[in-house]
Amino acid sequence: MEVDPLIWELSIFVLAVFVGYYVIWSVTPALHTPLMAITNAVSSVIIVGALIAAGPEEFSAAKVLGFVAMTLAAVNIFGGFVVTQRMLAMFRSRKR
Amino acid sequence: MSPNLTALAYLAASVLFILALRGLSSPAAARRGNLMGIGGMAIAIATTVVNPDIVSYGWIAAALAIGGVIGTVVARRIEMTAMPQLIAGFHSLVGMAAVLVASAALNHPSTYGIVDAAGLIRFPSRIEMSLGVIVGAITFSGSIVAFAKLQGLMSGDPVMLPGRHVINIVLALAIVVLMVMFVGNPDPNLFWVFTALAFVIGVLLIIPIGGADMPVVISMLNSYSGWAAAGIGFTLENSALIVTGALVGSSGAILSYVMVKAMNRSFLSVILGGFGGDAGPAAKGKNDRPVKSGSAEDAAFVLKNAASVIIVPGYGMAVAQAQHALAETADKLKEMGIRVRYAIHPVAGRMPGHMNVLLAEADVPYEDVVELEEINADFADTDAVIVIGANDVTNPAAKKDPKSPIFGMPILEVERAKTVLFIKRSLAPGYAGIDNDLFYAENTMMLFADAKKMMQDIAKEL
Repeated sequence: MEVDPLIWELSIFVLAVFVGYYVIWSVTPALHTPLMAITNAVSSVIIVGALIAAGPEEFSAAKVLGFVAMTLAAVNIFGGFVVTQRMLAMFRSRKR
Repeated sequence: MSPNLTALAYLAASVLFILALRGLSSPAAARRGNLMGIGGMAIAIATTVVNPDIVSYGWIAAALAIGGVIGTVVARRIEMTAMPQLIAGFHSLVGMAAVLVASAALNHPSTYGIVDAAGLIRFPSRIEMSLGVIVGAITFSGSIVAFAKLQGLMSGDPVMLPGRHVINIVLALAIVVLMVMFVGNPDPNLFWVFTALAFVIGVLLIIPIGGADMPVVISMLNSYSGWAAAGIGFTLENSALIVTGALVGSSGAILSYVMVKAMNRSFLSVILGGFGGDAGPAAKGKNDRPVKSGSAEDAAFVLKNAASVIIVPGYGMAVAQAQHALAETADKLKEMGIRVRYAIHPVAGRMPGHMNVLLAEADVPYEDVVELEEINADFADTDAVIVIGANDVTNPAAKKDPKSPIFGMPILEVERAKTVLFIKRSLAPGYAGIDNDLFYAENTMMLFADAKKMMQDIAKEL
């Protein structure tokens, strides 16, 4: 019997939680606000789900839902990365 | 692109996202990390768009253009003091996007390839999309409430509905029962009802939480937005989305833990709510204790004669917009050869790391900004401490008085310095609503004034 793809996805998920745990503890507390801004931006990769809904030729309610979701996710992607960049640019070292 | 190539591209995007977060271990590496995040996102979007089923390029371009312009303009204009609201707003968008994608999948499952032999939505997909939509809906409405509280659109005071625990438990049970029914029989009406209930419970969960606990709330909602994304990732069988959701989910959970520990609260007590509104209640009696108060001139004299100074900023400093005047004073002191550092309590701002951003904006070099654990031992050898816009985080009662509501909370031990200059408008208590013994200490000089005005006056006197 073959392994259900769900099990592979679950494996990826569990391992990624561990990766997240160790990566996030290594983030300096001084950068916790940029961390939140960038996690916001990257979690908007949910836009791929919206692209699939809005992508087909045929018109449907799903297409409209996908369009709105794409727009919201795009606000977040652009906004998240731009504001992170803006904050990080302000963190200057004493030795300029 | 072959399915294998597509999967590899999503893997590359996932790796770039991990590296983007890893970059935040230092400010220098972080800028490169942000670029990696952008690269990962570009790969993920491009990989999806080249799929032959996706042909509505006009729609996609329009959505990206509209969203892109709005996001960029908002991100460029936002004040750094308003960062917590912006982040709460962003969380709500992730939550709503998850709800919309799950709804689209329900409406048109064949697009997502999640139809079984009987023409119904596949069994595992029913579970995944239900979890994604529930967490997404809670994230959305909860973040909207958090946004409204932070933006001052509604009071930061806890809203305590009578019987709210019973209401929440009944709602939660109803959601679970409806979801189980939907998993058994994918009737869209069940889906809509539990989604609506999830929106309601999102509001009810956040309204009883007071302004003082907002750093925890924002972090928790950050975590929820990640879990919602991961749930949708399972539905789409998309590894990049699953990995990102897991990363963001654990990131928010860790930040919540850091905040909860920094306030010595428990998750349960935060979630149950009722703690800390906009301002503490009026001081309870005993305000006839003598305090030593001073002027800007007195403060400047103390500072000039110090060899080392530590500044303890709190959110009140940001409210008074005093950070620039403060940085100016610090620069003058440094020119005199005095060692100046800033001590940051983890909950000094309205969200994790907020104070560091506000100081960075005022051009304070990040090496001068030190976290609580690293600087606490140094207060004893410090000549002067300036407390500006902070209160509870310096209250010695947290160490000494087991009856105090903040007992056990880690504090900045400023009372051990030779002189404490405490800038405050009045003797009113902080969020926790308790008196601060530090006001009446032998080595404390109270500077009663608006923080910005006082810093400008001190700078003039130097």
